[in-house]
Amino acid sequence: MGLSPATSGSSRVTYDPPSQDGWVTTRLEFLVNWSRANSLWPMPFGTACCAIEFMATAASRFDLARFGMERLSFSPRQADVLLCAGRVPYKLAPVIRRIYEQMPQPKWVIAMGACASSGGMFDNYAVVQGIDTIIPVDVYVPGCPPRPEALMYGIMMLQDKVMQQRSISDQAQYDEITIDPTSRLYIPPARIDELSEPFGNSVHQTRSAP
Amino acid sequence: MSLIVPGAALPANTPDPVTPRNVPHRGGEANPSVEALRAQFGALIGRDAVMWGETTVWVDAASIRAIVLWLRDDPAQQYDYLVDVTAVEHRDPALPLEMVWHLRSLPYRRFLRLKAALPAEAELVVPSIEPVYKSANWLEREVFDMFGIRFAGHADLRRILLWDSYAEGFPLRKDFPLRGRFSRSEQLSQALTSNPDAKYSMEELSVADAFQELPADMRARLLRDQGRS
Repeated sequence: MGLSPATSGSSRVTYDPPSQDGWVTTRLEFLVNWSRANSLWPMPFGTACCAIEFMATAASRFDLARFGMERLSFSPRQADVLLCAGRVPYKLAPVIRRIYEQMPQPKWVIAMGACASSGGMFDNYAVVQGIDTIIPVDVYVPGCPPRPEALMYGIMMLQDKVMQQRSISDQAQYDEITIDPTSRLYIPPARIDELSEPFGNSVHQTRSAP
Repeated sequence: MSLIVPGAALPANTPDPVTPRNVPHRGGEANPSVEALRAQFGALIGRDAVMWGETTVWVDAASIRAIVLWLRDDPAQQYDYLVDVTAVEHRDPALPLEMVWHLRSLPYRRFLRLKAALPAEAELVVPSIEPVYKSANWLEREVFDMFGIRFAGHADLRRILLWDSYAEGFPLRKDFPLRGRFSRSEQLSQALTSNPDAKYSMEELSVADAFQELPADMRARLLRDQGRS
């Protein structure tokens, strides 16, 4: 890349960009992944305190622009990453599903915080037990709420994932999720019940009879 | 629209309000409106209690609209602010549910809590006070949503927090399990099959204003729903 080998007996390396103008060699897949990973446009879906931490992450001190994510997309149609920050009640389930469906492929989802990942402490009748029961999730960021460093680590993990994709040969990433027409679920009901199993202290709260 | 000045109806030599100190837990000075209510409504007014300086008076549930209308319009009461409408379920077979109304009189700087016991075996219906206080509209919808108490005379009694097709019951009842009645997959499936647009009604001002810009199918549905109610 413009570096000429050192002449014999000399440790000098010369650099002459004009002589190398217009040349770059790489794999197309790498180039596509590299440009995607470093220019992810997040769609913030902030419903709770995690969104405050996300705002801090996007602001000047932590500066999400370093990862090419400073362009927040408030329309799902121009977004790559759905960043769900906060608890999602059942009433919002069709909304987040519709937002995800409106995003163009390829698209990724980050579940930020305990509530978006698993329902968190809200093991009750109103809160979805993890948004992965509604839409597929790529990165789960733990914390209640996660610090900006944790969110940025999750974003870097997502960038790693994007870099490892077979973006040319693998067409599966462009497939939409298949939704069962009657139940509107994309994974089997038994899997959802398994994902929503109570954990921690809440196992002592048994379901009472109807 | 007249400017409401707090304490405006009090005599001129009334001292400025201060944060009350050494308020007794029970007992203490009752709100003078209780005696005025007894003089006006007689047997419709039950016992009263003062706790932490706040007065609670038990009233007849069926007469609540006349009582709050008088409290609002009587020049010696002027309860012009409805703070809250809610309900309490007790673990008591004889007294399962109680309605609670919080009223504040800004001109007199008074607070009054009205309670009404709902009979154990009868249908849960209370007269709506929405014709008296417009702010009762959403508060009574929330009580209906959470407790299943119906309000006779309410203009638009629908669920407010949960969606219209919610089929699991009333979450703040004591017999409602914390996680709901259905399995998680069934709850999610019911939520996903509900139409997010379907919760709007023509009574909601923003929708009525934007009516002409709405999609044709939504316009048709709203007109159909309006004809039905």
